[in-house]
Amino acid sequence: MVVNGRPVRLPEDPRVSLLDLLREHLGLTGTKKGCAQGACGACTVLVDGARILSCLALAVQYSGRSVLTIEGLAEDGQMGPVQRAFVDHDGFQCGYCTPGQICSAIGMATEIERGAPSHVTADLTGTVEASAAEIRERMSGNLCRCGAHNGIIAAIQAACGAGP
Amino acid sequence: MSLEQAPLPLGPSSWAIDAGPDPLAARQGLIGAPLARRDGPAKVTGEARYASEVRLDGMLYGALAFSTIPRGRIVAMDTSSAERAAGVALVMTHHNAPRLHSTVELGTAERAAAADELPVMQDDRIRWNGQPIAIVLAESQEQADHAASLIDATYQPEPAITRFDQARADARPPALYQGDPLRQTIGDPWTALAESPHTVDAVYTTPRHHHNAIEPHAVTLAWDGDELTVHDCPQAVTHLAWSLAQVFGIRQDQVHISAPYVGGGFGGKMLWQHQILAAAAARLSGRPVRVVLSREGVYRVVGGRTSTEQRVAIGAEDDGTFTSLVHTGVVATSRHNNVPEPFIKPARCLYATRNATFEVKRADLDMLANTFMRAPGEAVGTFALESAVDELADRMGVDPIELRLCNEPAVDPSSGKPFSARHLIEAYRAGAERFGWEARSPRPRARRDGEWLIGLGCATATYPYNRFPGGAARITINRNGDATVEVAAHEMGMGTGTVQSQVAAERLGLPVEKIIFVLGDSSLPGVVLAGGSQQTAAIGGAITAAHRELVGELLKLINCDSPLAGLHPDEVGTIPGGLGRLDDPSRSESYTAILAAAGVDTISAEATAPEGMEQLEWSMHSYGAQFCEVRVSVITGEIRVSRFLGSFDCGRIINARTAASQLRGGIVMGLGLALMEETQVDGRSGRIMNPSLADYHVPAHADVPDIEVMWTDIPDPHTPLGAHGVGEIGITGTAAAVANAVYNAIGVRVRDPPITPDKLLRHSPGR
Repeated sequence: MVVNGRPVRLPEDPRVSLLDLLREHLGLTGTKKGCAQGACGACTVLVDGARILSCLALAVQYSGRSVLTIEGLAEDGQMGPVQRAFVDHDGFQCGYCTPGQICSAIGMATEIERGAPSHVTADLTGTVEASAAEIRERMSGNLCRCGAHNGIIAAIQAACGAGP
Repeated sequence: MSLEQAPLPLGPSSWAIDAGPDPLAARQGLIGAPLARRDGPAKVTGEARYASEVRLDGMLYGALAFSTIPRGRIVAMDTSSAERAAGVALVMTHHNAPRLHSTVELGTAERAAAADELPVMQDDRIRWNGQPIAIVLAESQEQADHAASLIDATYQPEPAITRFDQARADARPPALYQGDPLRQTIGDPWTALAESPHTVDAVYTTPRHHHNAIEPHAVTLAWDGDELTVHDCPQAVTHLAWSLAQVFGIRQDQVHISAPYVGGGFGGKMLWQHQILAAAAARLSGRPVRVVLSREGVYRVVGGRTSTEQRVAIGAEDDGTFTSLVHTGVVATSRHNNVPEPFIKPARCLYATRNATFEVKRADLDMLANTFMRAPGEAVGTFALESAVDELADRMGVDPIELRLCNEPAVDPSSGKPFSARHLIEAYRAGAERFGWEARSPRPRARRDGEWLIGLGCATATYPYNRFPGGAARITINRNGDATVEVAAHEMGMGTGTVQSQVAAERLGLPVEKIIFVLGDSSLPGVVLAGGSQQTAAIGGAITAAHRELVGELLKLINCDSPLAGLHPDEVGTIPGGLGRLDDPSRSESYTAILAAAGVDTISAEATAPEGMEQLEWSMHSYGAQFCEVRVSVITGEIRVSRFLGSFDCGRIINARTAASQLRGGIVMGLGLALMEETQVDGRSGRIMNPSLADYHVPAHADVPDIEVMWTDIPDPHTPLGAHGVGEIGITGTAAAVANAVYNAIGVRVRDPPITPDKLLRHSPGR
């Protein structure tokens, strides 16, 4: 497995989730554990570009795969565009759901780009606009309890270059 | 601060009745500026380190096992399989737990932080369903979790009160709650009610709620002899240090709590059993320990907001004037704690009444101790009260805003005290105009868009101003003109470090970049609870006091040939980078010059804020007008909140960006209260049935529309900075605004939130 561009060893205990591998074995604690039940989205990471819930993934299943976490998004110590947008639009308060929101947003943007429809997409055959309604629908697996929802959606819209 | 401003006089040395307003409250510049969070980059890059992310050498992982009965005794416990399981270092039960002193219940001592005073794993008694009966320590979390699942307990159950209707029969007045008996009668409310030409009299219920901070409760700790270091996520670092010291029979200074980041609190992150069990098990095992509660564990170990049954009756004259106001009811509590959800607080301050009665009774169940949750009392109290006002307006055929405003009191109706600042009318007028309230039809089911009925509703928000004793701060200035401000305060998402850096910068006349604000550590000055929306004023008052002390020290340092020689602190004021004479600002000295001339590298001052006497003199509250638009499907009963606006009156806003986020955050939690949140308890067993984020629904992105917030920004002349905290007011009034909008849309009055589609369809006249 490769994590943020670096090869890592898989755990010996097959019960270890990808989330716990990151947090407890590799010290990559930017990825958060909110429920360990796939209900809150705080553990969202990108695997080969697609967003997954790392709490529901056994690490050993991801042999040979490339994992990108929040720690891998900054380049040369500079925040990535989505990270920057979250700061600019106050897209968080306590910060605990934030890495998951950001990774999820990046994965979601690629889903929109390739035209994958959602529950609120009117035209299933056309291109998908990154509207607020689409983003809200697609980000609903990432819970925020502080209530930073407006800022999160604004940040994602700004980073995705979408209109209101 | 800008150069053209006159020197800023020091803040008042007291907040009692003869003190003038804080000069900072009128200041332009950094006060009010929408600065981005200073800890933002750390949070968005994953660098911010939370309690469960500190690694200690040789650390063991803990897992808890929970009781499955509500009341009785453990007669046998088979821990042999768990002890033999791979990687297990310790299984601790009441048989081998170290002897511990009792916890001290919050509110009974200045630094108490526990929810109850029950012994923690000291005997065989079970007092609630879900009580921890064992803690397992192992080399990995997986091993600990597995071993905990192997523990087998045999119980001797005893009769338990697990249903509200059982407990209700024995409802009784609570012990004093924060010095308040939670009952009061003014005039003759029952006669007045009977003689009123217009009345409403209804019962409203609210279910249990859980805080559900996304960060589960977590602690990583280690003993070094009798010294305990704890990485935790509490809302009260100093309270926690003192409280743990009581339990383990050591001094407060032997417990060090570190909590630079707290992943959400909302009232839930105080002292619960898991911290004590982790520390006890660490002592027994001789190794550092991490305990992270599972999401289920949070529901088993950490109490939430309790359920309420509230009666509201209002009598009114033909002109709308209230003649009588009744707000009474019963809340579920546990036998072993005293947090009777004080839902009567809004009714006691909102409306002018000659006759009123307010009363909260408690009904004790064999349940986990309930506790404070965002706006305890006001969140659910405003639901009932503001729904009832809307019902009365509907019956009388008057506009609900006008009905409210014609009952604005001149003084606090229950205490008779003057209001320190009350601009609710302005908040309503501004909010109504902005929201487009005039487009509302007073008749339900009047607006329709296809299958969707559209309704508008409003409600009043209110939450008290609090400033608890113990706010203290230390300010240190160095030769470079940098200032470090230290307070044992908390950052759980409020933006504390950012906001208070603005305050300190303006107070000191330094750019905000020159301020380092240190918080989240029990070794710092102060006893500052992050609760009651008090941090802004408590820290603001502490910085004011420490600044006064610092100026005194600076004036002692200066030479006799200095332009400031011989002056008293009240004769100087803050200028950019230093101090100037109030009577002649051209005569001044910079901090760096003072330190250089005196040959010292740093100067430091620490002070405790004067006690919150202002709260004895005035009735002090924040207010707001909440406006909601909903769309309700006549086919499915689905409710969509399509617009929301909160117009607030909460003193001077210090940071327009973080304040807006806090106000919105409260409103979002209020949407949850209105539409989806409910901790469900099995009445037969007292066991919480939905202990997960899949089954306890909180608002998701698709549930949250654009929420507009605005504020009067009128300083309170009697508070530090002219400010009130804004962490809790947002949740108040929100659920009633939603319920009132739902009624306006579909004509169904729901008095038992969450307002779910089944409740609408059951009563709806149909399509």
